[in-house]
Amino acid sequence: MPEFAPKLASKPAPTPAQTIGPFYGYALPFTGGGDIAPTGHPDAITLHGYVYDGAGAPVPDALLEFWQPAPDGSRTGAPGSLRRDPVTGAVLGRHGVDFTGFARVPTDADGHYTIRTLPPGNASYIAVCIFARGLLHHLFTRAYLPELTELTGVDDPLLASLEPRRRATLMATAEGERVHHFDVRLQDDGVHEETVFLDFP
Amino acid sequence: MVFTSSVNGRVLIKIKAEGRQQRMTGLDQSQSSQSQINAEIAAAQEAYAKELADGASVRHHPARDYPPYRSSVLRHPKKPLVAVGDPEAVELSGPVFGVTDVTELDADLTRQHTGEPLGERITVTGRLLDRNGKPVGGQLVEIWQANASGRYAHQRDQHPAPLDPNFTGVGRCLTGDDGSYTFTTIKPGPYPWRNHTNAWRPAHIHFSLFGTAFAQRLVTQMYFPGDPLFPYDPILQSVTDESARGRLVATYDHDLSRPEWSLGYRWDIVLDGPAATWIEEGRDA
Ligand SMILES: [Fe+2]
Repeated sequence: MPEFAPKLASKPAPTPAQTIGPFYGYALPFTGGGDIAPTGHPDAITLHGYVYDGAGAPVPDALLEFWQPAPDGSRTGAPGSLRRDPVTGAVLGRHGVDFTGFARVPTDADGHYTIRTLPPGNASYIAVCIFARGLLHHLFTRAYLPELTELTGVDDPLLASLEPRRRATLMATAEGERVHHFDVRLQDDGVHEETVFLDFP
Repeated sequence: MVFTSSVNGRVLIKIKAEGRQQRMTGLDQSQSSQSQINAEIAAAQEAYAKELADGASVRHHPARDYPPYRSSVLRHPKKPLVAVGDPEAVELSGPVFGVTDVTELDADLTRQHTGEPLGERITVTGRLLDRNGKPVGGQLVEIWQANASGRYAHQRDQHPAPLDPNFTGVGRCLTGDDGSYTFTTIKPGPYPWRNHTNAWRPAHIHFSLFGTAFAQRLVTQMYFPGDPLFPYDPILQSVTDESARGRLVATYDHDLSRPEWSLGYRWDIVLDGPAATWIEEGRDA
């Protein structure tokens, strides 16, 4: 393509990010936001944990979003995560047939979150995006699921590039049958390693 | 004697006023003054100007470590982000939304209650674009905002300004094929917050946006042109690049105003994140 292609001249500059602030709580979270898995599905797994700040204190006003492939490996997602009643406007929630692949949950007063989902197909991790009051620009990380990572982890380019102490921050830990624990540490608190956060240039 | 008592009277009045202010703003001795915050804002801008002069590239986003915004101090990572260049990354795809996720009324924040909200009725319209200027169609746009008095319908907002029973301040819509979105709402008021003494946020609307890739996710705030609070606000000023800061400010567009009904603002949004060529064709494109 020649250098004077008009496409180059028309590329717009990105809109800057700004903090989500303290008052998103009545706007963004929705009923069933953490329930990607259909109710009662036998393969459902729980992913839960805490968000901590640089003083080791839990962050009670963070919003976490999760995105993942469907169990069959499809990455197209599906509409209907926040399905609404066209008559009343009330949230109806997912109808449980389509796999939307998307979850959104605020941390509670203890800085804790929970999602229920199905293991992703053809990937060993769930993508995580973190917003919070005090965080001017959101952060991306990944929760690698141990049973899937043992199969494919050797080949994972991100895990392979990290030293063990850093890599460990991306690994969810098994906590009993089908329950995984994954904490997010926004900043090294002097005891615990800061979570590895990602950039997609 | 008369002189003394009037002095005493004045002193008393002053003490009373301070006590009242202290209760209303939760003023505490550890808070910085606005002039201290201004000095820190200026220092960050000088440091950025020097970086630019030394050949650094333009910074489109706020630094996560921005001390004038006090809450950022313990909530930013100190280690650099790790760049992901894997063309198989899950983050190059993203969630989708559809007509079942929004209702028709969601885009009109003035019609969600039985009565009309107080304030200046406005429309905000614009286009959602990716880094290549290509429209992002069919995607979810969500907004939330304070009412005309600067009060959020949120339990934790303790600003002693009135709630409006006819205004919640939450909206959502899907972008059209051309990336366009439109909201009808009322102009939010500025409001005080406790970052420092006498801290006031300029009027703004919070926006949440999705692209075709999860990595394009954006949460930001739209401001109104000519707001006198801009230079005092560490959240807006955390974007140290002047032209980037300008991209957070909507344009008043008289052609969008409707006679005897509403004033019109235009604000286009450009998502950052991986280059579209990478998303669609793989990294080597
Ligand atoms: Fe706000």
